[in-house]
Amino acid sequence: MNLTLRIWRQKGPEDKGRMVTYPVNDVSPDMSFLEMLDVLNERLILDGEDPVAFDHDCREGICGMCGLMINGDAHGPQRGTTACQLHMRQFTDGETIDIEPWRASAFPVIKDLVVNRGAFDKIIAAGGYITAPTGSAPEAHSTPVAKANADAAFESAACIGCGACVAACPNGSGMLFTAAKLTQLSLLPQGQPERYTRVIGMVDAHDEAGFGGCTNAGECTVVCPKGIPLNTIGRLNRDYLAATTKGAGNTPGS
Amino acid sequence: MTKTRSPIRSNVGLKAVMAVTGILLVLFLIAHMLGNLKVFTGETSFDHYAHWLRDIGKPLLPGVWFLWILRTVLVVAVVAHIWAATVLALRARAARPVKYAHRKKVRGSYAARTMRWGGVIILLFVIYHLLDLTTGTLNPVGTEGKPYGNVVADFAPERWYVTLFYTLAIVTLGFHLRHGAFSAFRSLGQQTPRGERRARNAALVFAVVLCAGYLVVPFAVLTGLVS
Repeated sequence: MNLTLRIWRQKGPEDKGRMVTYPVNDVSPDMSFLEMLDVLNERLILDGEDPVAFDHDCREGICGMCGLMINGDAHGPQRGTTACQLHMRQFTDGETIDIEPWRASAFPVIKDLVVNRGAFDKIIAAGGYITAPTGSAPEAHSTPVAKANADAAFESAACIGCGACVAACPNGSGMLFTAAKLTQLSLLPQGQPERYTRVIGMVDAHDEAGFGGCTNAGECTVVCPKGIPLNTIGRLNRDYLAATTKGAGNTPGS
Repeated sequence: MTKTRSPIRSNVGLKAVMAVTGILLVLFLIAHMLGNLKVFTGETSFDHYAHWLRDIGKPLLPGVWFLWILRTVLVVAVVAHIWAATVLALRARAARPVKYAHRKKVRGSYAARTMRWGGVIILLFVIYHLLDLTTGTLNPVGTEGKPYGNVVADFAPERWYVTLFYTLAIVTLGFHLRHGAFSAFRSLGQQTPRGERRARNAALVFAVVLCAGYLVVPFAVLTGLVS
């Protein structure tokens, strides 16, 4: 396959940045998208040029590091797939592919396609944990959990924090991430003691980071590589409204 | 975390404000539509109903107090709805300062995509509508106390552009409600996938029924069914 790539190049946070066109030839349809970028980078290095910086780590779709806007789709055209698990057979010979970083004021570009997702860490630090020392994994039967709750919590826990929801959201909202990280705890017994202080802390951190609000457009759940459902945000809304009207009697985290 | 802002100003709180004020306005829309349909019961009955609106609450409330209380509630709801929408829209704009070079159309429904501009169109229509049929300023007849005659004169076949604008505004309202009604449930804590399907279907049916209820009046005048 021969392809034309239009890639966002930006030397650093202060650089204005621009789309640069690169032809890439002899691409195997069995390559992953990141392997195709590796091929380009090897050539750029041999030519003495600066290689394209992009985030990646496990390359098996579970770490949440990779994240590229490919032809206007977060993680590319294939649903339920991270950019690293996307294969070139999803594209056609001679195609022009636009590659951009996640765009959000809370995710400033560090270089080229790499963005700083530290805003997500701030949301987690504001309550995405439990303070009880849980020790090693307990006997599974000792704390009964309703099957529906366990399933929904597990669904939320699948979030890898890649930021595709923010990238795709027309409002630049991080609500799907925040809701997933909230409900994986709020649906389980271990998450109950801090349930209401957690939601206030996490929503405050979300808003302070400069993310937009949710308008239930549903774009996030379409691009989410883990398929976190949109109704997760409804669980967050319910907890937040309960927390603010009840005056949240439970103790805050450390 | 330092809690410096009131919960109502959070993104979730503002959405709750939009949901509650939106529900108030929807309740008014239902009552207004049912009142409009009285046009099919004839001139005397329709005008009598319009006069009764001014007398609700008598003798507990003197004069047209009920009407003014209702108007105050509606104005507060409209202002709060627009305020919350504006704050959220500005935050959304600030959340993405650099636009994508390659951006697909948002995959969500047409209704979801057009909420903001649709809202502006509806606001402009409401202003025109008040000047037309409440104050009578823009009405060809504008006789006070004779709403039946005003409505019939308004949607007369030679004033087809009024009917066209009315139809466009109502269809815009239908789209606004299709996403807005579902969105209100979600903002107030609708949280299960099954409930989501139900809420979406209910919102769609409701929007269609409301549109039909509003559109039947001008088209009845246009076709001479009501004259």
